[in-house]
Amino acid sequence: MLIKRATDIQPSEITDRGVYLQRRAFIRAAGLAVLSASAAGALYTNRSARAGEKVFAGVSKSPFSTTEEPTSYKDATNYNNYYEFGTDKDSPARYAGKLKIKPWTLMVEGEVKKPRIWAIEDLLKTMALQERIYRMRCVEGWSMVIPWVGFALGDLIRQAEPTGKAKFVEFVSVYQSDNMPGLRLPVLSYPYIEGLRLDEAMHPLSILAVGMYGEVLPKQNGAPIRLVVPWKYGFKGGKSIVRIRFVERMPQTAWMKASPSEYGFYSNVNPAVDHPRWSQAKERRIGEFMKRKTLMFNGYADQVAGLYAGMDLKKNF
Amino acid sequence: MAIDWGPRASAGWIKPAIFVLCLVPFARLVVGAFMRTLGANPIEAITHSTGTWTLSFLLITLGVTPLRKLAGWNWLLRLRRMLGLYAFFYAVLHFLTYIWLDQFFDFAAIVKDVIKRPFITVGFTSFLLLLPLAATSTAAMVKRLGAKNWLALHRLVYAVAVGGVVHYWWLVKKDITQPAIYAAVLVVLLGLRLLFRARERAVAAMSGNPARSRAV
Repeated sequence: MLIKRATDIQPSEITDRGVYLQRRAFIRAAGLAVLSASAAGALYTNRSARAGEKVFAGVSKSPFSTTEEPTSYKDATNYNNYYEFGTDKDSPARYAGKLKIKPWTLMVEGEVKKPRIWAIEDLLKTMALQERIYRMRCVEGWSMVIPWVGFALGDLIRQAEPTGKAKFVEFVSVYQSDNMPGLRLPVLSYPYIEGLRLDEAMHPLSILAVGMYGEVLPKQNGAPIRLVVPWKYGFKGGKSIVRIRFVERMPQTAWMKASPSEYGFYSNVNPAVDHPRWSQAKERRIGEFMKRKTLMFNGYADQVAGLYAGMDLKKNF
Repeated sequence: MAIDWGPRASAGWIKPAIFVLCLVPFARLVVGAFMRTLGANPIEAITHSTGTWTLSFLLITLGVTPLRKLAGWNWLLRLRRMLGLYAFFYAVLHFLTYIWLDQFFDFAAIVKDVIKRPFITVGFTSFLLLLPLAATSTAAMVKRLGAKNWLALHRLVYAVAVGGVVHYWWLVKKDITQPAIYAAVLVVLLGLRLLFRARERAVAAMSGNPARSRAV
């Protein structure tokens, strides 16, 4: 029997890098969003989801950004977990192209004074976009550094004016049965649900990302809008979000439902609390040979440790 | 000239051809490593590839006897040792990948893993059980042990195969499709053996001979 698909050498993978570098150089040199869109569109068709349709302008830098070297764009867009498109790392890049992202609305509802259905274009006009270069640590033991483009989740929350009953925020990802081949796998229940405590959601590090590497978010990375919470394991960052609901009770997330003994609500990066089946003490940064030590709260302890003061993090994993 | 597919083929071209074919997964890894086409996480790709090929060769080896009996191809037996040794070869690569590339000789972490992580405990145990099988694979060792002892020892391969599948099953995050496929094939291969054995017993009972379980 034949097994390993991961090692298949696709001709497109061999040429991709050079093509990609040329394209990036071109974008930098020209800085013309419209032109780059057509160039990228011509070069990236079929196999991988199309990226680089639009380059964001007027994005400010952030003191929260790390100075670490970002992961290569190719790795960050071809090695993904987005189970709605399949459980292999290359499935999202392969199949996410079918995802329909226009038109896109984001519903903000629940325990808020100002519920609203946002057209994504309107939302982007309202929010100040920033570049946030964050570490991303996957629960599986690998990590990346990704320059996101997004806005503080807190800005959106303040606009919605949560009521006194709002204690948690639930994030619902899109469910498109015709376009998501992974939905049929008996792995997770869909739509994908994630959640944060209100104070976690309000924390200035929590963002909703709409782009990465200066460009609009590729579909396999959660276009058109996704959650990024850098001190938590990557799966906490729900992709392609359609609904944000403010609730009184702790939401049951997709991974909690799938395996409650392995995935807790908090899922903070913590080298001292192992996954029941594997160690979390180290991680492999994509692009590096040697493993590195995993940092408490993924290196954001100074900013976020206070959120969990007095809590037993082994129990609240 | 017509290709010889007959009983003498294994002595001729089939065996060397399969020998080379079995090296293809390894060659692809070596080429992939040099060409940098193993993806974003090459060490993980090597770990997975060598692991799944170990399991595949274990199952292929276990498929020799049922296929020989069902198809009547006795010459398949001459391939069995080579296929079994390829299972061992990929197991060694898998083990080395873990020790060297994955853990980089962090023996404290490795010992902790083997003790604390059931999937590694099972995988490591299965690997250890493969060692005596590989060591006694030569004709001289068969002679030294005696056919009966040798056969008894080599029944360990069933435990190794079960352990290998369990190792895979326990390590996947949530999607058990792949390990389930290996498990299903293993169940069929072991089930066929039980069927053969039951049939032989029945035949023996009818002819009045005491039932003798045939080897492997």
